[in-house]
Amino acid sequence: MSVSAVDASVLASFVYEEARLLDEKRYDEWYELFTDDAFYWMPLTRGQLDGENYTSLLYEDKLLLRIRIERLKSPYAFSQQQPSFSQHVLQAPRVESASADGRSWVMRTPFLYIESQLDTQLLLAGVTRLHLAQLDGRLRIRLKKVELVNCDAALPQIQLFP
Amino acid sequence: MTTYRNNAAAIRALVRADAVHRDVYLSQELFELEMEQLWRNTWIYVGHDSQVAEVGDFYTTDVARQPVILLRDNDGQVRVLMNRCAHKGTRLLSATAGRCEAGVLRCPYHGWTYRLDGSLRAIPLKGGYDGTAMSASPAGKGLIALANVVNYRGFVFARLAPHGIGFEDYFGESLTSIDNMVDRAPEGRLEVAGGVLRFMHDCNWKMFVENLNDTMHPMVAHQSAAGTAKKLWVDQPPEAPKPMAIEQFLPFVNGYEFFDQMGVRVYDNGHSYSGVSFSIHSNYSAVGDYESLMEKTYGAERARAILGEVRHNTVYYPSLTIKGAIQAIRVARPIAADRTLIESWTFRLVGAPARLLQRTVMYSRLINSPASIVGHDDRHCYRSIQEGLAAEGNEWVSLHRNYSPAEREHLAGVYNGTSEVSMRGQFRAWAQFMTAGMTDGEAS
Repeated sequence: MSVSAVDASVLASFVYEEARLLDEKRYDEWYELFTDDAFYWMPLTRGQLDGENYTSLLYEDKLLLRIRIERLKSPYAFSQQQPSFSQHVLQAPRVESASADGRSWVMRTPFLYIESQLDTQLLLAGVTRLHLAQLDGRLRIRLKKVELVNCDAALPQIQLFP
Repeated sequence: MTTYRNNAAAIRALVRADAVHRDVYLSQELFELEMEQLWRNTWIYVGHDSQVAEVGDFYTTDVARQPVILLRDNDGQVRVLMNRCAHKGTRLLSATAGRCEAGVLRCPYHGWTYRLDGSLRAIPLKGGYDGTAMSASPAGKGLIALANVVNYRGFVFARLAPHGIGFEDYFGESLTSIDNMVDRAPEGRLEVAGGVLRFMHDCNWKMFVENLNDTMHPMVAHQSAAGTAKKLWVDQPPEAPKPMAIEQFLPFVNGYEFFDQMGVRVYDNGHSYSGVSFSIHSNYSAVGDYESLMEKTYGAERARAILGEVRHNTVYYPSLTIKGAIQAIRVARPIAADRTLIESWTFRLVGAPARLLQRTVMYSRLINSPASIVGHDDRHCYRSIQEGLAAEGNEWVSLHRNYSPAEREHLAGVYNGTSEVSMRGQFRAWAQFMTAGMTDGEAS
C-alpha cells in the first residue's frame, strides 16, 4: 500500500475493524494491531499528559496487554466464569492530525461502550484517539488513548476493553 | 428476624470467638447501626494534610456518610467541619477540592458566610433576625467543627462521637506503620500525588477490610492474573531484568509457606498488619540513589532499619488500610450493606527519586483500578460472598483458622501469617464499638 493510497476512508475502516475485533473477542488478532512499543491508555483525569507519574484506569504496554488477554483464556479467571461481552458504538472517525511525511495519523472517534455480564450492564462514553503508523506496508497502533467522559467517577469493574 | 436497634445483647451474639453471623454483612439495619455506632465511636481517616497545603485550601469527603470539609485554618491547623450550612442545611462546598476565596466559606443558596474555623461571619439583611431566637439557636453558632480531630504525621483522623476512646489509646503501637511510611521520605514527609482511583464495590465494606490481611487468598483468587504473568515470564533467564509490573505481580502467587512465614501482628481495637518478617514488597529493585539519600538524612543504621521494615497491609480499623512500604493507601467508604466505595491514594516521598512515585502509581493501577485484573477477582469473591450468604442451612462464617482460646485473654501479638486472627480481632472490636453507647435492654 503506497502512502498516497492511505486516505481517510482506509483509516476509518481500520478504526471500525479495531473495535469489531474487540467486540468479537478476537483479542489475539487485536493484539497484533499494536506496535511493540505501543500503549493502551485510559487516563484517570481530563487532559492527563502523563501515565507514569499519575495513576490511570489503564496504562498498559504490550506485556501487560498480553497478561490481560492470556488471563481471559484461563479457567481460573473467576470474574469471567460468567463471561462479559462488549459492544462499541462509534461515531464516524475523523483524521485529527497527520504527520508531514504522510505515514502517521491521529484518528479521533467519539464512542459509546456497553459491557454486559448476564444481568448487569455498564454504559461508558468518551473519545478514543488511535495513533496510527504505517509500518512495513500495514497500519499499526502506537497508542490507543480512551478518554472517558466520567473518568473521575466512582466506577464499577471494567473487565474488557473500552 | 432479630431487631438489633437498642439490643446490644443481640449484636454481641453475632460475634463468636471463632465465627461471625452472616447478618453482619447482609443486614441493612446493622449497617445503619454501624454508621451510628462503630463509625462514630472509632477514629476514621478523613484525608491527608498535604491535600490542604495552604491556608484556605479545602477537600470535601464524608465520614460515616456525613459530609465533611477538611480545611486549613488561618493558624495553619487542619480542621474538619460539617459540610452543612447552619441556616437551611445546604452542603456549602460541592467541589472535591479547592481554595476558599478571601478566606471565607459562602453558602451558594442565601449567601451566609463563615470564617475558616467555621464561625459565622455575615448574613445578608441580618436585621431580619432582630428580636428572634436565631442567634441563640444552632443556626447562630456557625458550622459544626468536629472537636475530636488528630493530625498524625499528616494523616488526619476524626472521631464523630463527642466522648469515647482517645486517639493514642485507640491506635496504640499500630501507628508505627504510619511512622515507617513517613520515615521513608528523605525529608520526613509525604505528599498526596498521582490521583485517586475510585472503585465502586457491590459488597459489604468489611469483606474488603478483612481481605487486606487475608493471606490465604492470593495464590487462589489471583492465580489467573499473577499466575499468567508468572507463566509469561518463566522462560526468561534468571539474570533478565524484571519489568516493574512483573516484579509487582509475581509475589501474589508465592506459596502458602511464604505467606505463613510472613507473619501477622495484631493489635487491640481491630488493627493489624501482615508482613512482620518480610512481604510481597521485600524484593523490589533498588531505585537510583534513594538509599544514599536516606542514609544522608538518618545515618546508615537508622536508614537500614527503616527500609528493612517492609510491612504488607496495615489495617487501621475500620476505615483505612495502608501500604507503607510502597506509599499507597486504601480508604473504605461504606454506602450500604452491599455497597462500598474504595478510594486508592498514592503518595510522594518528599526528597526521594521520582521513580518511587512511578512505582506506587503502577502498583495502585495494577491492583486497585476498576480495570485491574487483580481487583476483578477480589471483587468477584466479595460479591460471591454477598450472594452466597443468602443460602440457608449455615448462618455462620468461619474464622477458625489457627484459633486458640488463649486469644480471648490476650489478643495482641505476632502470629503465623495465614492465621485468621486479624479478622477475629476486627470482629471483637466491631462488637465492642457497636455497643459502646448501648445498654443491654430489650429490643424496642
